[in-house]
Amino acid sequence: PAPRVLHWGGCFWLAAAQPPALYFPQLQTNVAGLLWPFCPHPDCDFPLPQHHGGALVDIYEKLPVPFGLVRFGVAPDHPEVKNVTNTFTQTVRSERCAYYGNVTVGRDVTVPELQQAYHAVVLSYGAEDNRVLGIPGENLPGVYTARAFVGWYNGLPENRDLKPDLSCETALILGHGNVALDIARILLSPLQLLRKTDITDSSLAALACSKVKRVWLVGRRGPLQVAFTIKELREMINLPGARPVLDPADFTGLESAVKDAPRPRKRLTELMIKTALEKPVEVQAAAAGAAAPREWGLKFQRSPQEVLPSADGRRARGVRLALTCLEGSGDSAKAIPTGAVEELECGLVLSSIGYRSLPLDPAVPFDSQRGVIPNSSGRVQGVPGLYCSGWVKRGPTGVIITTMNDSFDTAQSVLEDLQGGVLDISPCREGFRLVESILRSRGVRPVSFSDWEKIDAAEVARGKAAGKPREKIVDPEEMLQIIGH
Amino acid sequence: MYTKKKRVFAHVLPLANIRVSEYIVLVRNPEHCCQGSSLLQTGHSAKRPQLWMCRKGWTPLIFANLSYSSKDQVTIHFINRDGERLTTTAKEGESLLEVVVNHNLAIDGFGACEGTLACSTCHLIFDKDAFQKLDAISDEELDMLDLAYGLTDTSRLGCQVCVKKWMDGLTVRVPMDVSDMRKQLEVGKQSKQ
Repeated sequence: PAPRVLHWGGCFWLAAAQPPALYFPQLQTNVAGLLWPFCPHPDCDFPLPQHHGGALVDIYEKLPVPFGLVRFGVAPDHPEVKNVTNTFTQTVRSERCAYYGNVTVGRDVTVPELQQAYHAVVLSYGAEDNRVLGIPGENLPGVYTARAFVGWYNGLPENRDLKPDLSCETALILGHGNVALDIARILLSPLQLLRKTDITDSSLAALACSKVKRVWLVGRRGPLQVAFTIKELREMINLPGARPVLDPADFTGLESAVKDAPRPRKRLTELMIKTALEKPVEVQAAAAGAAAPREWGLKFQRSPQEVLPSADGRRARGVRLALTCLEGSGDSAKAIPTGAVEELECGLVLSSIGYRSLPLDPAVPFDSQRGVIPNSSGRVQGVPGLYCSGWVKRGPTGVIITTMNDSFDTAQSVLEDLQGGVLDISPCREGFRLVESILRSRGVRPVSFSDWEKIDAAEVARGKAAGKPREKIVDPEEMLQIIGH
Repeated sequence: MYTKKKRVFAHVLPLANIRVSEYIVLVRNPEHCCQGSSLLQTGHSAKRPQLWMCRKGWTPLIFANLSYSSKDQVTIHFINRDGERLTTTAKEGESLLEVVVNHNLAIDGFGACEGTLACSTCHLIFDKDAFQKLDAISDEELDMLDLAYGLTDTSRLGCQVCVKKWMDGLTVRVPMDVSDMRKQLEVGKQSKQ
């Protein structure tokens, strides 16, 4: 193929020439192939090493629709966080970037095959699994993982038939992270607020019949070890129609303990202390539209030992918790059982103890203990030309800025390798041309970005009638029908 | 028929008080020059003559009915992560995020949530004196700043700071992030060798 004349301009272009796909946080089975589409020829305008513009980036995604966690993980009542899709859309619309949905890497095309087709391959497929409690009763009806529950109300196809049982009064969420707070908030939010979001219709209907009016968030360690952040906590405290229940005894002596702590930890702890010490305010039940006021609370230093079954053994009726004491302090404090236990009655148990990545392909090394791909600054150990970014690289924690910076870090590694000659772009690679023939031979038809835009338009149109930003389509077959596949 | 029109380089436009009907403005590459693109964005029509000779690398654009006033123009300098100084002029009342976006400044990943206090990617560092003069910071902004990299005592989120006349000539710094730290270490290593 004729060498492509590179369009290099001022500093803006170069600065923006980071492989854009890496900016996508945790797309499920998202893999990017990078291709420099020219063969160096003495007569052609070879780019200076630091001008890496000219890279073509192809993004592969398991689902027909893009955006991953932004679509399926971010809570429906956090539309501002979803604004990042605008930046992503701009990036994908660039002529150097292409999107191929409905392609499962590891099955429809393998990583070695991708490495044949591209000069560099970046794995940023996130953490689609979750950590397990490993306690008896974990599989009883009424016990769900946070991941499945969030997937359910966010329209993730594999969770659309979850049908969680919301007929009990008390729900227990195991975990003190932002996901735990999200679930508590969705369970207790006034319906009139949820109605205007992109929560799925069927979840809304289920929540409308929900009897849940009390949610406990239970964690093994203490207030100084909570993983949620202050914005989400403040939102929960201010939730209309719901009363926070924090025990002042949990916070004795903490005011002085955080006096010299870094600002984020200090402000978060101070907010919890303030809420615990405030006189309980008469909650306007009418504001919630609920028959009775709702409440939520934080329980500390309790570790789940067993989910207790009902008399007929058919469902969960409570959880036995071991009381713990803390050894050490700060982030590395460990929870040690004291021997004392307590039982908490509840009909709904949600386990929100962290996500976990899964191995993708036998050709890709995987650290099962840490649940990440072994890497050094995004370079996969022992596999030249293979990189990783996001949660599959560092572990499943972080907000927009964490993952964005992390992506830039991996991009930096790719560019360094390019400049240093470690990444060899002299062999001509065919990119999607090669992958397309592989997919065709396996009967896989990828979904393009303009196909996604058709699905997007359909969802927005359906939502409009109900006053929602969109009505998510939860059946992949329906998505394919809309685009005529 | 070629008629000689007055030529001016785009980067001097903000400094001039121009109210004329037609000018040839020379921009480097229209899409990527902040002054050129900001002119294009403000709706001034432009035509690109095919036949004209121009100095290599400069593209002439003709702006019809160009009216460019230096009123309400406040000059702001952004030092980006590479240490590069990006200078632009802003309108009073614009947020610093809007300034970066509207002028296409070369700051990667700035303003991911589009000014809705849902991220900390528009984090900017001010000098002490300027910081004291800024409007009071809200709890919501503090909450998001808590998650920012390289947080300092004079940090603010760009989407919450609006341009005022007194900011003319102000310099703000984009904080370093994780990958910048690595670059710094790399440069340090190389210079030692």
